This record gives sequence, C-alpha cells and structure tokens, in this order.
Amino acid sequence: MENEKAYVLLDEFIGGLQTKQGALISVLHKAQELFGYLPVDVQDYIAEKLGIATSKVYGVVTFYSFFTMQKKGKFRVNVCMGTACFVKGAENILDEFKRQIGVETGGISDDGMFSVDALRCIGACGLAPVITVNGKYYGRITKADVTGIISELTSKGETVNA
Amino acid sequence: MLKINSAVELNAYKNKALAGSYVSSECGKTVIYVGMATCGVAAGAEAVFDTLKDEHQGRGDVIVVPTGCIGMCYAEPLVEIKKPGEPSVFVSGADAKTSRKVVSEYLKSGESSAVLPNKGYGKQVRIALRNCGIIDPSKIDDYIAADGYAALAKVLTEMGREGVISEMKKSGLRGRGGAGFSTGLKWEFGYKNEGAKKYIICNADEGDPGAFMDRSILEGDPHSVLEAMAIAAFAVGSDEGIFYIRAEYPLAVKRLETAIEQAEELGLLGENIMGTGFNFKLSINLGAGAFVCGEETALINSLEGKRGEPRLRPPFPAESGLWDKPTVNNNVETYANVPAIILHGADWFRSIGTEKCPGTKVFALAGKINNVGLVEVPMGTTLREIVFDMGGGLPDGKYLKAIQTGGPSGGCIPAQHIDMGVDYESLGSIGSMMGSGGMIVMDEDDCMVNIAKYYLDFTMEESCGKCTPCRIGNTRLYEILEKITKGHGSEEDIAQLKELAQTIKSTSLCGLGNSAPNPVLSTLNFFSDEYLAHINEKKCPARNCKELIRYVITEKCIGCGICAKICPVNCILGESKKLHKIDQDKCIKCGECLSKCPTKIKAIIIE
Repeated sequence: MENEKAYVLLDEFIGGLQTKQGALISVLHKAQELFGYLPVDVQDYIAEKLGIATSKVYGVVTFYSFFTMQKKGKFRVNVCMGTACFVKGAENILDEFKRQIGVETGGISDDGMFSVDALRCIGACGLAPVITVNGKYYGRITKADVTGIISELTSKGETVNA
Repeated sequence: MLKINSAVELNAYKNKALAGSYVSSECGKTVIYVGMATCGVAAGAEAVFDTLKDEHQGRGDVIVVPTGCIGMCYAEPLVEIKKPGEPSVFVSGADAKTSRKVVSEYLKSGESSAVLPNKGYGKQVRIALRNCGIIDPSKIDDYIAADGYAALAKVLTEMGREGVISEMKKSGLRGRGGAGFSTGLKWEFGYKNEGAKKYIICNADEGDPGAFMDRSILEGDPHSVLEAMAIAAFAVGSDEGIFYIRAEYPLAVKRLETAIEQAEELGLLGENIMGTGFNFKLSINLGAGAFVCGEETALINSLEGKRGEPRLRPPFPAESGLWDKPTVNNNVETYANVPAIILHGADWFRSIGTEKCPGTKVFALAGKINNVGLVEVPMGTTLREIVFDMGGGLPDGKYLKAIQTGGPSGGCIPAQHIDMGVDYESLGSIGSMMGSGGMIVMDEDDCMVNIAKYYLDFTMEESCGKCTPCRIGNTRLYEILEKITKGHGSEEDIAQLKELAQTIKSTSLCGLGNSAPNPVLSTLNFFSDEYLAHINEKKCPARNCKELIRYVITEKCIGCGICAKICPVNCILGESKKLHKIDQDKCIKCGECLSKCPTKIKAIIIE
C-alpha cells in the first residue's frame, strides 16, 4: 500500500518534468526519497517511464555513492569519514557502531532498526569526529558515547513502535 | 513586487535597504549575530537564536540576526554582540540557556566574564568571505545594502563584454577549485566560441574531504555567487546557468533556492535584467556523490544524467560542453571573488597576494588544530602564520608532523617547510597542490603510511573506472600500502610504489588519476623512515597501525580490575590486586583499557 502511493508520487514527478532529457539523476533522487532505496523493480519502472534501458539506470545508480540498492534501517547511522574526522578517530567510532549493532558497513540490523554507513565528508569538520542519524548531527563524539547514542535511539524507536 | 529596472533604481533600493539596517555601520543599534551555517546549526545554534530572538524581539534598540559562517567552527554555537561604537564580543560554545544569561548580563552591565573579546581577523583579508557572518543570507536586502548587484549593474551599463573579460584577465584571478587556470582566459574562450546557446556552470560539488569553504560561502552569502554567474554569462554571451551542488549540503541548497527566487522577484535574474535586455536564468542540479564530478567534463556528463565519467579533451568545454554547447564552468570561491574585482578593479585585486597568484585563498583548517575553521589570507602567507597565528597551533602540546593540502590529490608537507609562503606554485614544487584549500594538520600520533592508505582508499573508491591506470593502478597502490601497514612489506615495495605511481600520473585520463598517487609520493619523499620502520622493524612509529602494535600491562599494575571490566572482548585476565595480563590473540586493540587505566598508575603501554 505504502509503495503504491510512492509510485503515484513518482509518476507525478516524472509527469511534471519539462524534459526527460538528462532527467535521470533527479528522478532517482526523487525515487530514493520516496522509497528509501532503489531496488531493481523501481529501476525497471523508471527505465520504462523515461524510455531508456534498465541497464542505463542501473549503471547510474551504481556509479553514485548517494544512491543505494540496499534497504536502510529506521535509524540511518552515518559516520563521516572525511580526513578531519579520520585523523580524530572516526574509524574507531565506525568500528564501535558496527560491533555494537552487529552489522558490516552498509548493512542493516536484523530487526530493521539500524543501518550503518561510512559517509563522504559532510564538511562539518569543526565538529569532528561527527556522525549523523537521520539527518541529525552528533558532533565531537568519542567511542564512549556510542552506547548512549544507540540506547537513546532504541528507546525512541520503541516509543514510535508502541 | 516591484522590479528594479535600472542601475539608478538599484542604487535607490540600496539606500533604502541601508537606512537603519544593521549592515550599516551607523545603525545605532546593538546587533546580536548568531552563526547559522551547518556547523552552527549542528552544534545547537537554532535553539540559541530562537531564545535570543524571543528575549529581545520587543526591544527597539537590539536586533538579533541569523548569519552565515563566522569562520570559527571550533567555537560553535557562536554569538557575536556588537554594540554601537564598541568593538564586538563573542559568546562561544554556550547552549541556549547560558547564551541568554550571558547576553543579558553583557547588554545590561557592558561586561561579563563569559564573553570573549573579538580580536579581529588579524592578518586575514576577506574578499570571498566578505559578507559571511555579516549579513543575513536569507535576505536579498542585506546583500544589496552591502553593495550587492552593483557589480552586475556596472557590467551591464558601463563595461561591455570585452571590458569585463579584459578586466578579469588583468586581475589575474585563477580558479580556486584547484587547478589555478586563469578565469579571464576561460571566459574569453567561452566568449570567442560562437554559438546561439552557451551555458554557465557553478561547480559546487565540493568533494575534497576536509574542505568546506564552498559550503560556507553558499550558506553565508549565496547572492555573491549568483551575481558573479550573471556577470560571467553576460561576458560570455549566455542566458542560462546551472548550479551543480552536492546533495550532502541540504542547507546550502535551501539558501540558494531562496536566493534565486528573491533575485528573480526583483528582476536581478530572469528576463530583461535591470532594463538592459540581458536575460539570464538559473537552476539547481543535485550531485549524487561522486568525487570525480569535480572534474568539469565528468560534471557535464552528470548534468546530462549520465555516469560521471570524464570526457577526452580536446574539445574543451568552452568549445563543446553541456549538450555540446560552449560551456564555462567555475568554482564557488572563484565566483565569490568576481563582484569585488569588478567593483574595486583589477589593480586593487593585484595589490593583494603575490605576482603570479593575486588575491586571497580561503583555507579550511581542520584536524589536530585548536582553531578549526575558515581563514582567508593573501596568497603567499606562510604556513606558520596560518597554522600557528590564526589556527592557534596544535592541542595537547603535541608537535606538528605534517600539513596535508590538496586533499586526495595533494600531499603531506613536513614541518620543516612551515615558513613556506602558500600559493599554487610553491605547493606544487614540493609535491602537493592547492586543491580546493583543505588544510589538515597532523601531529605525532598520525602515521603517514596510514594517511597515504586512507587517501588511496578514497581514490580507489572514487575512480570512475573508465581508464585502466587509474582503475587498476590505484587499487594496486592501495594493496601494497595495506601490505606495509600490516607488517608484510618489503623494501622492493617502495620501488614498486614509486614506479607504479609515476605510471599512473603520466597515463591517466583525467585530473583524478593524474594526481591520485600524490599522497603516496609525497609521504615517500618526506617520511621514508616511517615506511622503512613498518617494513624492516615491523613497527608503526606513530602507533597507529593496529597490526603492528600491542597493548601491554606493566609491573606498575595494582590489579584494580577496571580494565578487565570495561574490555569489550574480555581479554584481560588477572586476580584482584594482582598483575593483570592481556590475551594478545583476543585483543582487538581498541585502546579502552589504556584510556581507563587510572592516571596515577598508567600501567598500560603500547609497544
């Protein structure tokens, strides 16, 4: 049901384009915003709508790091791996999130609650090392903060579920 | 809304906007600025702004202004208080409640122990950042009050297309995106290539990790870039411009959208601009996370909805670019300089900086440095002035090992070159490059082999895969570095790294591949002893590489058991009040035990 609505909204977006020429990347941005990720059937759908081959769509999706074919968690933990964060220990923080949540980089936890990704520099070097969770920033964090952040999110998740 | 139909009307609009505005030095009111760029917002500036606004909204003598990046990222959230006729003061790092208290106290009594004096910008010269932290970026009136769009008016009514190009050439402005090509020449090529349709592009795909000046300019002074693009369009003969901006910069995108809308409403963008018959429209295109799209032909492919792979050059974009039309592309910081050059003249611009590199450069200071933030300095300023005078040196009494410039395309400059003046040529001469102006300071705890590996990991991921030297060569470079950091390297690897790096540099298709081996070559050149320590002694002198270090508990241990309790893999064993021991096979080298061992005892060391 949820997806049906997303397809309708995607149709509207494509219908509203001035030209389909060169529009693929903006359509993919919209689709990822609506579906959360870009599975193959969504790519097929976009290819048909834009009158191009699915292989072309797939080629673009896999080229750009912003697009993902992997479903993400309810909480998307992104650890910035820019240089400033890296020299301030971002790798240790990423490892700690992976260890505590029990996933590899790019993975999603079994309960669908968390996904953990390494992010390209987000340009907030003054707050290094920095992570974002669903767009919210946590700056100057240490490995010791990881447990607290995860439990804060878990309790939030439970309230949302209840 | 009323449109501005001539240069005279713009001037009248400016005078109206300036009257009573905080942008004027004679406004007679106390102005409270709150830095609201990404760093500030992430540190909690929104709550600070809301609280201060609520508190002082009703008062006629105080104005609270949300502004862009003040440049002092380390002090966020940052509030600046400017009383009429007095030097301003800062309230730094305070939450909403504390800020409210400190600001009220200062406004009432004129002093507070919690405010810091504004020491000014020191040796900084702010051209590209001239309005950042001074105006409200969401208000076009502020920009116009600060001489905004006056350069565009001058160009349209007085200078003519050739006049603009010759002034830009004379100014000697070079591309601030990294390559340092003459902006005036680029515009001239675009001008000379005939075509009914031409495009102007702004490259805001700031992908260099550790550089954030373009984001700050777009968040703090978006109109300056819009105005410059309109000037470029007029000179080149284009009626359409496109922003290519990172999707990772949502706030910058929002501010740009607002700015474009406002400029269109006033008739400063769109049809018949200022009644001169000049048309120029602007749109925004989101990037999707590909470092290579900073290369202009890759960026153009991306704008066409394709994979961001670079094209063979020639033809250059100025001849055949977007949709095969003549295209002129400049970076954000380059554009931000343009209106100032047009208004104050090429001679003024040349009086700043060095003979070959006039003007200023914005550097993003980050890493092991006290004052993380943005500084804008004349070209030729020494690294020492930037890192120690403006950056406040390194924290925790550590010593400076290297300064990394140019990001993944640059190199690590060792401390012995600290008195070198910085410009495109000097950085190039020691195997680094200007790049977009990221400057990462590294101390004794940073392993140079590991840093080279970090950058190669980055370029390996970001290589588009089109040409073999870059796709395969960089992967092999990475593998050799990984081997060395794991203690399996041999001296032959060094010769192989050098040979392979040279091959990649000379045979890759685009700038990404040509420069990708630079971090390896520069660290090999300046820090070969570190490579040799990894290879011959199987030691990491900076104690960074996990495979080459061991955590060991010494005789000093009193058996308090704290480390055993917090060890995440339970690999520390020992009876209460007796010497503990770490099981090296199980240890994941997280360092938790070392950080928790009581400071009086310090029984744990790294070998």
